[in-house]
Order: sequence, then C-alpha cells, then structure tokens
Amino acid sequence: MKHLLGVLLLTLTLISCGDRTKKKESKVERQSEFAEVNTITKDSLKFPVYDFAEFEHLLKREDGKTYVVNFWATWCKPCLEEMPYFEQVYAEQKNNGLEVILVSLDMPSMWKSRLKPYVEKKELKSKVVILDDPKQNEWIPKIDPDWDGAIPATVIYNTNDRKFYGHGFTYDELNEAVNGFLNMN
Amino acid sequence: MKTLCVFGVMMLLLIAGIFVSASPSLVSGYDIGDYATDFSLKNVDGNMVSLADYKDAKGYLVIFTCNTCPYAVKYEDRIIALDKKYKPLDVPIIAINPNNPDLQPGDSFEKMKSRAKAKGFGFPYLLDEGQTVYPKYGATRTPHVYLLEKTPMGNKVRYIGAIDDNYQSAALVEEKFVENAIDAMLEGREIKVTKTRAIGCGIKA
Repeated sequence: MKHLLGVLLLTLTLISCGDRTKKKESKVERQSEFAEVNTITKDSLKFPVYDFAEFEHLLKREDGKTYVVNFWATWCKPCLEEMPYFEQVYAEQKNNGLEVILVSLDMPSMWKSRLKPYVEKKELKSKVVILDDPKQNEWIPKIDPDWDGAIPATVIYNTNDRKFYGHGFTYDELNEAVNGFLNMN
Repeated sequence: MKTLCVFGVMMLLLIAGIFVSASPSLVSGYDIGDYATDFSLKNVDGNMVSLADYKDAKGYLVIFTCNTCPYAVKYEDRIIALDKKYKPLDVPIIAINPNNPDLQPGDSFEKMKSRAKAKGFGFPYLLDEGQTVYPKYGATRTPHVYLLEKTPMGNKVRYIGAIDDNYQSAALVEEKFVENAIDAMLEGREIKVTKTRAIGCGIKA
C-alpha cells in the first residue's frame, strides 16, 4: 500500500509537473513583442504579394511534396524565435520532398523597412511570400476553422493529410511533425 | 498507516488542485450569451474603474488593446470615433491593456498615460494589473473587442471579435462589425454577425 501510494504520488507529480511545464512553454510561445511602426512608402520587392485568392493555391498543392506553411510577421517575437527551426528543418529535409513557405503578415508600411532587411540579414532560404488581404475575417477560417488569428500559426500538409498548429514550435516538435508527414509518402 | 493514507489523499488533492489551477490559462473564455465579470482596474487618471460605475449604461464596449501592437495603433483613431459616437448613447468604451509591462515595457502604466494624453482618449484606459481579467474574457490578441449588454441578469456578451473588416484603412471598410452590433443591440434587433476573427498581436502576459 505504502509503495503503491508512493508510486501513484510520484507519477501524478510527474504528470502534473510535466503538464505545467508544457503549458508554460506554449504560453510563452504565443507571446509577442512589438516594435514601433515605421511608415515608409512601398517600393519594388522581391517577394510576391498575394491576396487570399491568389495565395490559396499554396495551400492546395498536390505534387507529392510536403508543405510547411508558416504565418508570421517581423513584429511577432515568438515567430522570429522559431524561424531558425523552419530554416534548419528545410535544409535537412528539402531533398526528401519538403517545401517551407514563410507567409509574412507584415503591413505594407513594413515590407521595405522591416521585412526585406530581416530576410536579407537572416539569409532565409525558405520561400517568403506576403499575404496582404485585409478581409481577415473571411480568410482566417478558410485556413483553419479553429484559428482565432493569433500568430505564430502553421499548416503542414501533403496529399495524404493536413494539420493546423495554432502555436509556435521547438526544433524537436517541428522535426517530429514534419517527419510524420514525410513518412507517409 | 492510516495517517499516511490521509496524508497521501491530502497530497493527491493538493496535486489535483495544482493540476486544475494550472489549466485556466488555456480556458476559451466567454462565448455569446455568457455573462461577463465586472472588475476594478486602475485608469490612467489614477482612479479605479468598474463597469458598475456606469449607472446609466445600456452596455459596454470592452476593448483589449495596447500601445505597442501595430494593429492596435491602426485602430486607435477608430476607437476614439466609436467612443464619441456611442458614449452619448450610453454604450461607453472601456479600454484595457492586458499586456504585462515587465515583459512589454512599451505598455507600462506610465507609457499608457502618455499615449492616452497624446491621443486625447475620452474613455478609460485601464491596466489589467496581474493579467487577471483578460483570461476570464478569453481575449487572445490586441485589439480584441467584447460588446456587453447590461441586463437584469448581468452583463451579457453580445459580440466578440474585430472592430471592422479592414485594419488598413477606415475608408475601405465594408462591414462595420462593432457599429452594426451596437446599433442592433440598442434597437432590440438581432445581431447578424456575432463573432469575427482578425490577425492580432498575441497578449504578452
């Protein structure tokens, strides 16, 4: 009895501690830090600028590849924190049929002043596109019915499956999620 | 042995308590038709503000917003305009900054005061000290709006979501979600769109 209770207590303690740590992490991952907005006029950009109708095909490709579609912005601190993981997983898996698309939700005033310098400084290898469609209430539910619009958020899909992740990733979590999709093919 | 079991059970209850108390950070908050809690939070003028202070109010527009989020900044002038339009109709705006200033220094109480002064806010701008109010409402981002109707049963949630359908430009707005909801509420009509979504800055707590 004594032992059983001890084991039970230990197990419960471990479960509860583990759970708390996880929640704390996920909470931290959702937090954002913002900076002042600089208003600079729009200039020529090397990133495609899509409205949702133009963007939607990137969520529906059926070419046998696995697509990681990450919604982010330069003003979203947890988005920037997970950016190296998307780059790393892309570098490791691009020969296995992985594509990573980084969908910037930066406002037009930030494209030249913040987005371009960030992408250049970090030398991002993943494809960067801009989704500029203010009718957010119409397109957010089309990406996932459960998405409330907070970023970071990510969709991973291939011809076999599709999952929405309304939170940030650690490298291990992203790698595990991506491997799950790649192993289907 | 018996005392050990009692101790064990107490420990279990304690652990269960910790387990349960760790969960509210993930609660989904209010839905349409729920009754919203009142609060007492410090305003930029130093006074404490509660919903109950507004004896003649027919409802309230509770807006979780802040100084630093680019989306919140885009909506500042529209929030001021909403206040001018609906305060005389007894639907005052109550703005609440849900961000923890320790983690987001740009949203400190002092910075809130200077922003309210610079923009001439005609409505209270409250600090959710300890970040206790926004989780009850279920706010996830700034700006995030809750329209409450004062009823004999309490303050009933009538609309949750965005102010309108175009954050970039007030001139390009096609659907004024919040205004439509308030007008319908005041006229006793059905509110057609009760929940909307928008990209926003995650609350930093």
